[in-house]
Formats: sequence, structure tokens, C-alpha cells
Amino acid sequence: MSLIRFFKTVFMIDFLTGLIMAIKEIFKPKKTINYPFEKGSISPRARGEHALRRYPNGEERCIACKLCEAVCPAQAITIESSEREDGSRKTTRYDIDMLKCIYCGLCEQSCPVDAIVQGPNFEFATETREELYYNKEKLLENGDRWENILAANINADSSHR
Amino acid sequence: MAELFIFFDQIYRILFLLIPVLVSVAMIVWLDRRVWAFVQKRRGPNVVGPFGLFQTLADALKYIFKEIIIPASSNKVIFILAPIVTMTLALIAWAVIPFSETFVLADINVGILYLFAVSSLGVYGIIMGGWASNSKYPFLGAIRSAAQMVSYEVSIGVIIINVLLCVGSLNLSDIVLAQKDLWFVIPLFPMFIIFFISALAETNRPPFDLPEAEAELVAGYQTEYSGMMYAMFWLGEYANILLMCAMGSILFLGGWLSPIDLFPFNVIPAPIWLILKILFLFILFALIKAIVPRYRYDQLMKLGWKIFLPFSLIYVVLTASFLMYFDLLPGN
Repeated sequence: MSLIRFFKTVFMIDFLTGLIMAIKEIFKPKKTINYPFEKGSISPRARGEHALRRYPNGEERCIACKLCEAVCPAQAITIESSEREDGSRKTTRYDIDMLKCIYCGLCEQSCPVDAIVQGPNFEFATETREELYYNKEKLLENGDRWENILAANINADSSHR
Repeated sequence: MAELFIFFDQIYRILFLLIPVLVSVAMIVWLDRRVWAFVQKRRGPNVVGPFGLFQTLADALKYIFKEIIIPASSNKVIFILAPIVTMTLALIAWAVIPFSETFVLADINVGILYLFAVSSLGVYGIIMGGWASNSKYPFLGAIRSAAQMVSYEVSIGVIIINVLLCVGSLNLSDIVLAQKDLWFVIPLFPMFIIFFISALAETNRPPFDLPEAEAELVAGYQTEYSGMMYAMFWLGEYANILLMCAMGSILFLGGWLSPIDLFPFNVIPAPIWLILKILFLFILFALIKAIVPRYRYDQLMKLGWKIFLPFSLIYVVLTASFLMYFDLLPGN
């Protein structure tokens, strides 16, 4: 042990340097945000809670092509469809098991009409499992609620699609 | 009738001491987490109550409503007794702490010996908890804890001898009054540092938190505990830390005495000064938790037995010779 090292150990120089540094750090601005009251920015590509979108005239976008159901790696999506009176093919059932879903975003990518999308909402915790088995009504309601943000996000990311 | 009156008077005085201590334990847990968070540039608990001050009370409430699980293979009596012992021992030691010249619950003439004995007994709660759990992690944690606390008690004992040489009395009030002219932190500064580090080891605080080293031992002796029993271990631990800070401020920082006997300082009531000194030491405890990595077990033992013990023994000889040579021995 060299002499300098010895004096450093005895007088705890390294320790005191650390202590002074820690005291300095206390008065620096915080790096974390005050979460439930203040939220971080979210990318337009964020893959959060699912939503089914509508056209501006109120018509559902989904054409029941079942590409999302086919591509879903977790097999969380279940679709049943039938022909409506006006001859168009529409879903009669569109269920997503949010507990199976891995939030990979493949359903959004596969959708030819931008009907199923994943929005920026990630705070949809529930108290029971049953509430996380989303059906068509719930997904459409999500779409209506988040439509402004969803449209803006898709527009913002359109050059990369 | 007179006996009854004395009995109730005593109970009233005990509660008057105990309830502030328990409340300050809760506050100190919050302060610990807050300082730790601030050093790491986080915010820490800040939601429950003003500045998050009631966080610990919310946590305690949560613990009360949690289920207490007693392992089937444990020794049930000792398993239940262990947190009670830890908590009780941490609290009864406060009886001798003098908050001012008049405000002390039990002004016994061997106060420092009592304090030392009770804080040494604290290891029993941990050993009992670790052994009664009948599980490998608690057992290893308890063994480590026992060895660690016994090792550092030795050097704390020798440090206390240093102070006693300068005072000539075992009474805590006398120890404080002997520092009227000069706090012992100045002549005995190396002893203060060693006392502080030993107090860290004695209360199983980082960087000496080997008994509950979460990376190796899950949670050490607390592994099998849940609900209120875990909370009692927790409270006992923090009450012990507070006690060690009080002991440090009484032995070295002049207890309830104000730093300078001048106008703006000596009107502040004596207990406030003691509380401020305890808080200062506790903030140091919390800062050290944030900046120092955990010691290896052999380093811990080496520090205790090969460095602190010889050094404090040499310092006893130095103090004694100094006092003898300059004829400063108390009682002369």
C-alpha cells in the first residue's frame, strides 16, 4: 500500500468526496416526473390500448377481413362476421383478450383500412379479469373517445407506413 | 391512593415519551426514503399528506390489514415473540435518554451501561426470528447479524470507555453536562467517526446491511415474516437507528446543550437541540445509505476486529495518559 493510498484510507478522502457529491446531487433538479399528476411524452407509434375506428360519417371501418386475427401471435383476437342488409361485410363479433395480448402492434400493421389501432392510452387497469376481455362495443367506444388523437398519430406517422 | 397516583403519573410520563418516539420513527422512515431518493435525483414518497409525510402511516395501515403467515415448520412461540422483542428492546432504551436537565424518564446512575446493555440485547430479536423461521435464508441472515452486532459492540464499548474517562460518571445527564465547555467530538474526533461507523453496523444499516442482503439472502431474518410482524421488525429497526443517533449526540455532540451559550441559541428549548442533533446524525445515516456499496462479509469482520478494536484501544490508552499527565482526570 503506497503512502498516499494509506492517508486516503485513514482520512476517508474518497468517502468524503462521495458525501460532498451526494449533498450536491440533493439540490439538483429531479430527473423523474411526478407521474400521476404529470405525464411523460408519448410517441405517435406508442402501442397502448386497442381501439376500433369509424369513418367520419359514423360507419365502422372494419371490413372483417380477419387479417389481424390471422396475424395475432398470441391469438388474442376473435372475429365473427356476416353480410349486412346493404351487402357489405361487417363484423358481428370482435373480441380482444387484453390479457393474452402482447402489444406487438401486428394487428395495427396488418389492417388495410386502419380500423384496429393501438392508441396512446396505457392506463386501463381494472379490478377484475373479466373487464379486460374487450368486445366490439368497448373497442368502438375507445375509438370514439380517442379518435382525435388516433387520427393525429396516424397522420404524424403516415410517411413511414 | 397515593400509590395509584404515582402509577398513573408514571404511565402518563411514559406515554408522553413513547408516542413522540413512535411518531418520529414513522417520520424518520419517510425522511430516510426521501433523502435516498433526492441523492438519486428521484422524488421519493410525496403523495400521501403534505410532502408525503404520512406515507409511513399509510404503509403501517396496509401492513395491519395484511395476513400474517406463520410457516408450518416454524417454532410458533419464538416466531411470534421475535418482532415483539425487537420492538420492545428498541423502545425501552429511550427511558434513560435525557432530553433536558429535568426531562428524563429514569435518571439512573448507570444510564450508559443500561443503554449499552439494551442495545446489545437487540440481537436476540434477530436471532430468535432467524432461528424460529426454520428456513435457510433467515437462519444465515441471523447468524451473520449476530456475528456482526457482537463484533461492533466490542468497539462501541471501548469507545464508551473513552468518553467515560473524560466524564467520570455513567449517568447520561452527567455525560452531557461534562460537555458544557467542549463537546467530546473535538478531542475524541476519531472515536466519533468509529462510533458512527460502528453504529451503522450495529443497526444493520447500509453499507453493513449484510443480514438482509437482498441479493443473496432474500431479506435475511425477515424473509418469513409478513403483515404486522414484519412492520414491527421494521419499526424496531428504525427505533434502534434513532436510538443510536441519540446515543451519538449525547456522547459526542453535547446532548441537549446548545452549541454556543449566546443569546439566540440558548433561548431555544433544550429538547429541540437534542432533536436537531439526532436529525443531523440521521441524515448522515441516510446519505451513507445512498452513496456506499455493501461491504463483503470478510471486509466487515476485518474492519471491526483488526482496525476499529485496536485503534480504539490505543485511543483509550492515549486519552488516559493525556488526562493523567495534565492532571485532568475527573474527580480530582
